[in-house]
Amino acid sequence: MIVRISTEGQWDLDDSHHGELDRLDDEVVAAVEAGDEAAYRERFDALLDFVRSSGTPHDADDLHGSDFILPPADLSFDEAKGEFSGEGLIPDPPG
Amino acid sequence: MPGMSGRFSTVMKAKISKMLDRAEDPSEVLDYSYQQQLENLQNVKKGIADVVTAKKRLQMQAGKIEQSVVKLDTQARQALAAGNEDLARIALERKQVAQTELQTLDSQVAELERQQQQLTDSEQKLRTKIEQFRTKKEVIKAQYNAAEAQVRISEAATGVGEEMADVGLAMQRAQDKTEQMRARADAVAELEAAGTFEDLTQLGSGEDDIDRQLNQLTSGSQVDDELAKMRAELTAGSGETEKKQLGEGEQA
Repeated sequence: MIVRISTEGQWDLDDSHHGELDRLDDEVVAAVEAGDEAAYRERFDALLDFVRSSGTPHDADDLHGSDFILPPADLSFDEAKGEFSGEGLIPDPPG
Repeated sequence: MPGMSGRFSTVMKAKISKMLDRAEDPSEVLDYSYQQQLENLQNVKKGIADVVTAKKRLQMQAGKIEQSVVKLDTQARQALAAGNEDLARIALERKQVAQTELQTLDSQVAELERQQQQLTDSEQKLRTKIEQFRTKKEVIKAQYNAAEAQVRISEAATGVGEEMADVGLAMQRAQDKTEQMRARADAVAELEAAGTFEDLTQLGSGEDDIDRQLNQLTSGSQVDDELAKMRAELTAGSGETEKKQLGEGEQA
């Protein structure tokens, strides 16, 4: 699957990472819903780091759209409230 | 697809499929889409130029304030050497305000530098995708077969559209930040115009309104510390500059 971090670029991730991505995404949602800014910052960084470290940069020449798009790393807590709610940005993996 | 950039690209996808539905010849959509991409690339360049302009402006302002810091420091020393502690204190209070301002400006310049770099990277990525789209466009045209072409056009346009949406988002964020910085820079310029960092020799006797405000802004103890340090330095330097009168040398 292709995951984009806004304003950074696209990464190729193995489909097997979907579950972990979903878990990290849910943690960000939990932090935002709890109104805990410090936890949000930490969990959001962890989510982005997971994409950067377990993915490989997607070929710049390729024109495929991303499966998931994550917000930019400098997303403020206020902005996060509009992005991370309910199921978050990564839906549950199929099956 | 949710997410800031995702919302943009969903809108763009919808636009393209609408165009494809209407077009008699899908290759027209390809050419039109390519033209749009090139125009967008121009906009990105303009966006980068705006960030550079904002950065230069802040750098100029920082340069001016840096000069004020040096000048006020010199004046504080001169005033103290001449035994005018009140004037020395005022100069140091103003110096402190100027220094705080300088720190803010420096971090803003660094932030804009980072944004400029990010936008330049994004522009490069977008340029690569557009170039790829151009190549693909000709291939699709050559193999034109209605149903197949529709799918491939939509695929290719999606990739560029998403990249474009992302650059758009980066530009929007850069603009918001420079806007905030501009508003703040204007407020500082007003302070400057009111004479906050001006040459103290231009100042009349006694405290004016600005000084009373500055007194509230600056922490007294820091000024006291610096005064004590200066006094010690003056004593150590034993009297060479001691009798120099404020305003005499116009050093800054």
